[in-house]
Amino acid sequence: MDLSLLNSFHLDVLKEIGNIGAGNAATALAKLLNKKVDMKVPQIRIMGFSEVNEVLGGAETPVVGILLSVLGDISGYILFVLEQSAANTLVNILMSKKPDEELEYNEITLSALKEVGNILTSSYLSALSTLTGLNIKPDVPALAIDMAGAILSVPAIEFGKTTDTVLYIETEFIEGEDRVIGDFFLVPDTESYIRLLDSLGAMC
Amino acid sequence: MTDNIIKVGMADVNCTKHPGVLATLGLGSCVGIALYDIKIKTIGLAHIMLPWSHQAKNNANRAKFADTGILLLLEKMSEAGASLKNIVAKLAGGAQMFSFSGNSDMIRIGQRNVEATKEVLQQLRIPVISEDTGGNYGRTIEFYSEDGRLMIKTIGHGIKYI
Repeated sequence: MDLSLLNSFHLDVLKEIGNIGAGNAATALAKLLNKKVDMKVPQIRIMGFSEVNEVLGGAETPVVGILLSVLGDISGYILFVLEQSAANTLVNILMSKKPDEELEYNEITLSALKEVGNILTSSYLSALSTLTGLNIKPDVPALAIDMAGAILSVPAIEFGKTTDTVLYIETEFIEGEDRVIGDFFLVPDTESYIRLLDSLGAMC
Repeated sequence: MTDNIIKVGMADVNCTKHPGVLATLGLGSCVGIALYDIKIKTIGLAHIMLPWSHQAKNNANRAKFADTGILLLLEKMSEAGASLKNIVAKLAGGAQMFSFSGNSDMIRIGQRNVEATKEVLQQLRIPVISEDTGGNYGRTIEFYSEDGRLMIKTIGHGIKYI
């Protein structure tokens, strides 16, 4: 099935999948930060490759990206992108330092960030697993601190092998009034989003 | 930045004449293939994602692959008056953004993109006069028709011209 055949009902179901997964992850993040974390309504982004670089407010925006392969009944990627200042705060809280202390990237802080990625993506995927009855697990996390465009291109390349469009289920996390903390991207491969829809009885 | 910059997105090719500038933002494992006709100052840029078109299930978009992307760009450049014998190449990108412990072939995609690009250019007898490839960081590139210089901008690894 081609991505263009997804109708608005399918898209709503995928949004709900993002809602439930990210909702669980937001709760986990709120606990880690001991702060209220809100999320926006998930967006289903179906786009050509030329647009991928411009997601997240510009290809050159420096971000922290934590990428995990998704294993089990579905395959694809889950990518958690943190604003640098938010990554800073997160690590300082985990290390029992002052939240605004400047972050030095070393083996320990990078490992702490990966662990955050681990916790949040596990919450996301376990909610998804419960919802769909499918076996869905994250692989070991990998981390990169770099341009948003370069980081977002990694899952896109995998799509490139089979299609000319990518599907990202994006959920933005907000702290306080409007401070963006990060973005969650679930990027199921072509067969996997069909399986996700199917497991929820949305493919008939 | 000047006004005459044309952006080349992922899986896209474009070319322009003097005094145009071509740019690609946030190159990761993709490779930016910059071709320059030294006689007529016409430049072309391909932003390829994958090495070989025959290895993919869907190869309708020629700009996506190193092999077909280079040919597509050469067609566009020759329409603009460039000739193969005057063309030289510069390469950037092909990084490995994430390091995985697994053995997925995704690990080496950047490297494979660079290898395929060089192989195709060699077959076409287009010399690669400079490159900034590999590593584990993203690059933004700007390609100037004025003198064929290629600017490479990174986060934490400086700016350079090749």
